[in-house]
Amino acid sequence: MEFGLNESQEILRDSARSFFSGECPMSEVRRLMATDSAYDSSLWRKLADQGYTGIIFPEEYGGVGLGQVELILLMEEAGRALLPGPFFSTVALAGSVIDALATAEQKKNYLAPICGGEARSTVAILEVAASWELEDIQMAAASGKLSGEKLFVPDAAVADWIVVLTRNGVFLVDKKSPGVRISPMFSMDLTRKLYAVQFDNAPAERLGDLAGAKTAMDIATAALVAEMVGGMQSTLDRTVEYAKTRKQFGKTIGSFQAVQHQCADMYLETESSRSAAYYAAWALEENVPDARAAVSIAKIYASDAGRTVGNRGIQIHGGMGFTWENDLHLYYRRAKASETTFGDATFHRERLARLAIDSASVAGTSA
Amino acid sequence: MDLNLTREEVAFRDEFRSWLASNVPNDWSRWREKPLEESFSYLRAWQRRLHEGGWAAVSWPKEYGGRGATLMQQAIFWEEMARVEAPPMANALGLGLIGPTIIAYGTDAQKKRFIPKILSAEEIWCQGFSEPNAGSDLAALQTEARLDDGDYVVNGQKVWTSYGWVGDWCELVVRTDPAAPKHKGLTVLLVDMKSRGVEVRPLRQMTGESEFNELFFRDVRVPIENVLGKVNDGWNVAVSTLMYERGSYGARLHLLFKRNISRLIELARSVPRNGRSAAEDPLIRQKLAQCFAEIEIMRLNQLRAFSRITATGVPGPEGSIQKIFWSELNQRVQQLAQEILGPYGHLLAADPHAIDKGLWSYGYLRTRGNTIEAGTSEVQRNIIGHFVLGLPRSY
Repeated sequence: MEFGLNESQEILRDSARSFFSGECPMSEVRRLMATDSAYDSSLWRKLADQGYTGIIFPEEYGGVGLGQVELILLMEEAGRALLPGPFFSTVALAGSVIDALATAEQKKNYLAPICGGEARSTVAILEVAASWELEDIQMAAASGKLSGEKLFVPDAAVADWIVVLTRNGVFLVDKKSPGVRISPMFSMDLTRKLYAVQFDNAPAERLGDLAGAKTAMDIATAALVAEMVGGMQSTLDRTVEYAKTRKQFGKTIGSFQAVQHQCADMYLETESSRSAAYYAAWALEENVPDARAAVSIAKIYASDAGRTVGNRGIQIHGGMGFTWENDLHLYYRRAKASETTFGDATFHRERLARLAIDSASVAGTSA
Repeated sequence: MDLNLTREEVAFRDEFRSWLASNVPNDWSRWREKPLEESFSYLRAWQRRLHEGGWAAVSWPKEYGGRGATLMQQAIFWEEMARVEAPPMANALGLGLIGPTIIAYGTDAQKKRFIPKILSAEEIWCQGFSEPNAGSDLAALQTEARLDDGDYVVNGQKVWTSYGWVGDWCELVVRTDPAAPKHKGLTVLLVDMKSRGVEVRPLRQMTGESEFNELFFRDVRVPIENVLGKVNDGWNVAVSTLMYERGSYGARLHLLFKRNISRLIELARSVPRNGRSAAEDPLIRQKLAQCFAEIEIMRLNQLRAFSRITATGVPGPEGSIQKIFWSELNQRVQQLAQEILGPYGHLLAADPHAIDKGLWSYGYLRTRGNTIEAGTSEVQRNIIGHFVLGLPRSY
């Protein structure tokens, strides 16, 4: 058993880290978040040239064919850089759903352009009730057409296709189709834009059953947790650095235990989230029986930890941490958005309870 | 990253599993409820049996009677022990902490003299570290040893000594140079507990039992050949013992925690709450799921630490994460048990209405000590702050 990264995984992580810090420094994050869509076509082209947009998809569609663990490492680095734009929506979310459900013909049409960097996509899940329970979805397709409204759809404005979860299946809608109207929702996370999408008899292509999207949603959830881990790591690093340099009462504040112990807790929370994220990815990759529980465990822990790490980080930065010019609030905003996305800790505790309390047992794998 | 067991790990597991199948005693459940004073000879016999099979100290190098087991194999060992509910071994500190320290720092003569009898449980070891005025600040310890005619003469007091009442030998940290800075003047002595001037008193803890002892040393003579490591280098020797303490213990705890949460879920199903079972009560479900999740994360943190230690060679300050994590989690699990069981959770073993023979009232009180023993949570956070994150020393 080996719970460390192998050499090629380390190389992927390191090159992703230097790619994001070079191509998407905080100045770029701030520039993009001030735009309508937080999307930049030349950055997108570079992501695709790195192979990132096809990282987990089969080579026959132009993907790189790597596994869930590699996706997790990439998402962690994207999270560390606070990468704005539709990368998560396109690859981890829509790409996973298309990969899981679509026919070979559909993958040629929709997955291959994602891998090649020519197209972007997203998934529309929530409706007015804003429930992450797929069973609560009301929208239904009727003779190949969709009508109704989806809310909180990430990056819809720059998506070429919107994958729509409905009661009677998963459908793909071309954004340019008649009957699709997209309007922005103004939300806390400035780096990941949300939209309301109205469908009025919009033509929709069926990809598969709703139940078939569940594992893809778990893949996206694990990837989101990894992105959260990257955000926590960045918050921790910035905070420790600040605690080492900021002086009060003639001493660096990091020498005070009230500050130091909070940093220690941030470290514990970040590392524990990372353990849970890595295991969830591995469990999904290997399709082990407790994979679903592993995803919930990761989302439970990271949802609370992401918020807590952000709180501690800003607290330790004092007044500086409360300013617009300090970058911590950008991570803090993302952490709050991610905490809620795909269900918060409360949601996933109930999901885990159904797996672990109501069913016979979901014992962890051995050792 | 591959969390499947390797072929070697499977072979190790299967070999031990089949050894256990034909060797593990079937009457431990009757003995485990007796006081340790009564069951101790039983535990010695069990350790001897493991030793004869070559299983008493799997982590030790082969030349010292171990199997050179990897950390993963050690985890498998403890998992298999827990799976068959095997009794613990009598010489827990000798095998887990002190033996490895002697192997690392001892002279050939010391290794030859002490190691075989640690393995066979012929000689039980205890640890004389903490003092009334040196707990978290261990290096402030005052027990002194003065050289006199080829012997060290020891005077002072130790406290929180596990196995003191049954100990044949003690790994004792003493001050040999009172003029040196506090970390520099310490030495580790291997002390025969039958020496004249050693007095052992039970220390009654808040659970009512006496797991620990106080040790008093009055002019105790220790031959100079019983210095472990170098004179005045005792801090490094002692710290190495503490690293072993923080390194492997968490792995053994995970299965105990797993058993606790499973039992708690079972109990929650049978306890009424707001017109349904506690297991159906939304708030209790939330708390059970939270504990369940954290118990799994404790396992995952441990496995990641193993891989890191295997890569770097030594247990590092990351062990502090495990210590904080399991000790605080254990307290939350016990608190949740109290919430589920209500007044039944308070009943002691002696009460006929007690659930699980008073396990939960005992657990609630006993786990209060978890965040104090083996390095307080505050000290662990200092270690993370200073040694992991590189913040200035805060004390």
